[in-house]
Amino acid sequence: MYKKRFDGRKFEEIRPTEAKAGIIKRADGSAMFTIGKTTALAAVYGPRELHPKFKQDPSKGILRCNYNMMAFSGSGDRVKPGTSRRSREISLVTEGALNPVLDLTEFPGTVVDVFIEIIQSDAGTRCAGICAAAMALADAGFPMKDLVSAVSVGRVDDKLLVDLNKEEEDHHEGAGVADIAVAMMPRLGKLTLLQMDGFVSREDLAKVLEMAKDACKKIYDVQKNALMEKYK
Amino acid sequence: MKIIRNHIHALLEKNERLDGRKFDELRKNISIEYGISPKSAEGSARVKFGNTEVVAGIKFEVIKPYPDEPDKGTIMAGVELLPLSSPEFESGPPDIKAIELARAVVDRGLRESGAIDFKSLCIKKGEKAWVIVIDVYSINDEGNLADAMGLCALAALKDAKFPKYDEKTEKIVYEERTTKGLGIKELPIPITVVKIKDKILVDPTLEEENCVEARLTITTLEDGRICALQKGGETPLDTKEIDHMVELATKKAKELRKLLEKK
Amino acid sequence: MSELLIKDKDIVVPGQELALGMDFLPNSGTFRDNDKIISSQLGLASINGRVIRIIPLNGKYAPKRGDTVIGYIKDMNFSNWFVDIGYAYDAVLSSKEISSDYIERGADLSQFYDLGDVIVAKITNVSKLKMTDLSMRGPGLRKLTDGRIVKISTVKVPRLIGKEGSMITMIKDLTSTRITAGQNGLVWVNGDDIRKERIAIEAINMINDKSHESNLTEKVKEFLETRLKENV
Repeated sequence: MYKKRFDGRKFEEIRPTEAKAGIIKRADGSAMFTIGKTTALAAVYGPRELHPKFKQDPSKGILRCNYNMMAFSGSGDRVKPGTSRRSREISLVTEGALNPVLDLTEFPGTVVDVFIEIIQSDAGTRCAGICAAAMALADAGFPMKDLVSAVSVGRVDDKLLVDLNKEEEDHHEGAGVADIAVAMMPRLGKLTLLQMDGFVSREDLAKVLEMAKDACKKIYDVQKNALMEKYK
Repeated sequence: MKIIRNHIHALLEKNERLDGRKFDELRKNISIEYGISPKSAEGSARVKFGNTEVVAGIKFEVIKPYPDEPDKGTIMAGVELLPLSSPEFESGPPDIKAIELARAVVDRGLRESGAIDFKSLCIKKGEKAWVIVIDVYSINDEGNLADAMGLCALAALKDAKFPKYDEKTEKIVYEERTTKGLGIKELPIPITVVKIKDKILVDPTLEEENCVEARLTITTLEDGRICALQKGGETPLDTKEIDHMVELATKKAKELRKLLEKK
Repeated sequence: MSELLIKDKDIVVPGQELALGMDFLPNSGTFRDNDKIISSQLGLASINGRVIRIIPLNGKYAPKRGDTVIGYIKDMNFSNWFVDIGYAYDAVLSSKEISSDYIERGADLSQFYDLGDVIVAKITNVSKLKMTDLSMRGPGLRKLTDGRIVKISTVKVPRLIGKEGSMITMIKDLTSTRITAGQNGLVWVNGDDIRKERIAIEAINMINDKSHESNLTEKVKEFLETRLKENV
């Protein structure tokens, strides 16, 4: 039985968060998002020219995300530089998480590049990356239907909880772990990313997604304040 | 753009730079932050030269020592010019610019300088030794990544602490960090000095970098000894210019060394 | 039951609810979702009677017919120059559009404008795919031969120019510099006194950073007068 969380948090509590916008001056938009000990940087460049030509979409701009972990950001071994299957998969689902809020029809034939770098990881990296990327896109001035807020939720042994850290992710005692990454448009609670490792019952999934909605609302406030803070 | 180059040239004739600095003046707002990824990296740092920002991190690994130096460990330096940091940088494996920075600026200066006692990295002679892997990344490029990166790598090394090595399982226990540091004795600091239209300048900004005819990165130690040199650019330098650049670099390195020693 | 949820000049983020009820009318930077008006931009709320719009705080330049822009020659072929105007794709300046004189076919175009030259040009046409045509025929359109280029956000250009040119004229007069602002955010500055030229650029950057603040003209005037008195 998972009685008390390793770091003492309540089960529905997210780790302390910190966010800043406009931190990379050469980028068109940028942001940093930290949750617990996981920190992600994101920078947006675009709309810009897309090569090769056959990839261009004449009806709209294309969002292209690139997720990368710095070599010293992993928990344990050094992360080998370059892309991996994992980083490419995360890049893909990040695009899927952000596309629904964007309207790039004003920029036909172009690409909007979003680069995400993880400086330190303690689980929840793809979610932190999405939070930073959404802020960076807003910072760049792209029209968006909503921001995108993301957090991990899941089950550790017999408890449903929010924002798993690495220790919880690796805790395979009892009934094991379900690690679910969720991204949503906070206003309407619509999901744009849903991924899971592990197994969960239908009832638990419904419960934990409601917990995700609440957590994402809190994260939205952090993102919102960071964007506004730049202009105080 | 041509007019920016022309403008820089015209100003240099009047002994002026775009941002008002003197030829031998570093940017103000140079800062070092230690331990930016304390949980995952054994050592880490962030350096800002004005708006130019870089980060560096250290990971310790264990290897079999080279047969000709069985009682020594080593360092490995990598640099990535992240597409995050400039519209000019592309995704993909490090290009020649990044490789030059890694080899000439970071690696060479550290390796030759005696900053790290490679014998102290030995775990078991002929069988196991530590390799210190340094990874440096650009975060925002407003010129002179070389000097920012050289300083950042050094700061990360100062910040580094050995992880525990379990002799029995022969594995590194990263979660248990010791309090033992690298004992950095020497502080080799690279300073890039550039030539534009016969004028010699330190710490070029982005716009100045585009006008550079020749550059020389000089890494010096506290006592003035030079431990690394790297020339770039398409214009030749004469020995008088080189000597002048070395003098400048030594002076500026002393200023930056004071910043490092503050920790 | 209509209700405004924000005030005029509030900073808002994408997804933020601005008003309830059908009495309010959504304008640029906003959209209606049932009975709510939502922001689609990071920007400044502007409420004019019942019309709500958002003034963006950032955004990349999108070429528009009639705009005067500053660009630089990136490439050329036998009959055209390709000009970087800060959009994803280069604009085209035809040799027929540089003067009313006849230019012989096959003439060396670099004698007119060479690679790297900076020009002030007018956009004559923008296609559906945002391919842009330029012309140099018109008053004030010319090659720039001296001075510096400063980059500000395209959305801040109106603030830099001011009501009927009041802001830009004030900077020009106080610092004795020549300033031309392109709609694309590139600003040309040229002064005979390098110190005053630098101060003019500081003022331009100040407007770029603080465009959302009120009484900006006063603040810039005060800044210039103080700065000009100093000895640096």
